[in-house]
Amino acid sequence: MTATDPARTTPAVRRLPTQEITTRTDSREILANARRDTERYGLDDYFIVDVDSHHVELDSWPEILTYLDSPVMRDTAEQMMRNWPNAARLALHNHSPGLTMQDVSGRIPHQAALAEDTPDTTSGAHRDVTLVQRAMNAMSIDVQVVFPQPMLETGLHPQPEVATALLQAYNRWFAAEVLTREPRIKTMLGLPFENPDACLETIREFADHPGVIGFLVTSQRHAGVHRNAYMPVYAELERRGLPIGFHAGPNQSDTMTSTMNKFLSAHAMSFVTCNMTHMTNWVINGIPERFPGLKTIWIESGLAWVPFMMQRLDHEYYMRQSDAPLLTKPPSHYMREMYYTSQPMEWTDDALLASTLRAIDAPNTLMYSSDWPHWDFDVPGRIAALPFLDDHAKRNILGETARKVFNLG
Amino acid sequence: MTTTTEAPRAVDVAGSDEIDERGRLVVEIGVGGTTVTVGIFRFRGELRAYENVCAHQGGPACQGRVVQRVREKLDESRRSQGLVFDADSMHVVCPWHGFEYEVATGRHPGRPDYALRSFPVQESGGRIRVTV
Repeated sequence: MTATDPARTTPAVRRLPTQEITTRTDSREILANARRDTERYGLDDYFIVDVDSHHVELDSWPEILTYLDSPVMRDTAEQMMRNWPNAARLALHNHSPGLTMQDVSGRIPHQAALAEDTPDTTSGAHRDVTLVQRAMNAMSIDVQVVFPQPMLETGLHPQPEVATALLQAYNRWFAAEVLTREPRIKTMLGLPFENPDACLETIREFADHPGVIGFLVTSQRHAGVHRNAYMPVYAELERRGLPIGFHAGPNQSDTMTSTMNKFLSAHAMSFVTCNMTHMTNWVINGIPERFPGLKTIWIESGLAWVPFMMQRLDHEYYMRQSDAPLLTKPPSHYMREMYYTSQPMEWTDDALLASTLRAIDAPNTLMYSSDWPHWDFDVPGRIAALPFLDDHAKRNILGETARKVFNLG
Repeated sequence: MTTTTEAPRAVDVAGSDEIDERGRLVVEIGVGGTTVTVGIFRFRGELRAYENVCAHQGGPACQGRVVQRVREKLDESRRSQGLVFDADSMHVVCPWHGFEYEVATGRHPGRPDYALRSFPVQESGGRIRVTV
């Protein structure tokens, strides 16, 4: 057959109904190209667990605030929503204005909003579940661990009592309204970290709830994770076999980032230093020695910082062993026994990335995460395409390690 | 012989009046059992056609925002005078992650080896044809 063969069929040309993707575009259409990876790498044959994704809880904010325990706090929220022009979906929240720079001036619409139609949904939670299902199906994801978005800033709330109340209300809403609608959705619920007693109460209230597979320390970086007050929290999680996750968050008001005039700069540094701070205190104070059965996960801070910290902490430890007397092994040893989520995976240099994955023992510690619908999300094909991993390692990273860590069966 | 070995052919995709200056048209072209989605752009009268697949993670790059390149203006002492749009350069931005491509070249302005796959495009007799 040649180009001039009259037997050749006439090409069919179809103008795409969506010429430009906006905040109104359906998630399934935004993510349609992920299907290319599914076919190329046979991802339907993989068990894929996405250990970090998000829903937009502010869309359901008035519903969530009805779960506030305190009548006084509930009244404050209601008055804010009624009287402040822009507080209908922000009452009591510490939403950082800098975060509205995330979508790069409209260049990445899904970061700003998933404002698509969801016909027949009856509540904010129902709509959220619908959006999560669309994303999961589009990316061939079997189980998705879903977190809030602005609520992750709660760790930076100026009023710890409000933060604790909001987390309690959100956790109750999410467990009752979201987890009950879709068994493929799981979560690690946020701990009100400013209040260790409330952390314990949170664990005891929700640990046995279906779909709750761990607990989370979110965005805060001002409380030392090694304080004695937290030991009962870690002991409770260890006893129950539930992981603790450290979900990093950005903050342009930190001492370092306050000098930065670009969101890019603050984002690049802030997520990472948030988890570097906790990792340092965690390891040097011997938390892994105290709670050897506690599974620890470092979330949404990428991976490139980990080998840096391994080298840096080992180097210092060898010279200053008396500063870290609980350690019986170098810091990097403990770090290699922890777990890491993959996104945002720094991919710009294959050799460096391969070295990073080797350093963290990625086939046994790394868990795929999308971070959808954030602006720097990663599709599962990102892992499947890595040229230096064998199929066994890819299967572990995409889902099998998460299956073990979270006892997903 | 399989359908994928068919020789390239020029496919009539649209009338000339369907793509304005600084405009874009994204079409799906089905050839012999395979489909390719192509974005056709017009900038300063010239047409360019690229596959709707980002060089980064495969996002629908041609369906993103079309916007002028942003530059930073410096004065004679190299002090920043702020950001300005460059009317001489039009970008299309992948909506998945913000990878920007110069429409005239299909290349990322900071990493030219990250490029969209291009297709020949001709315009004659009021019709636009893309060779796929």
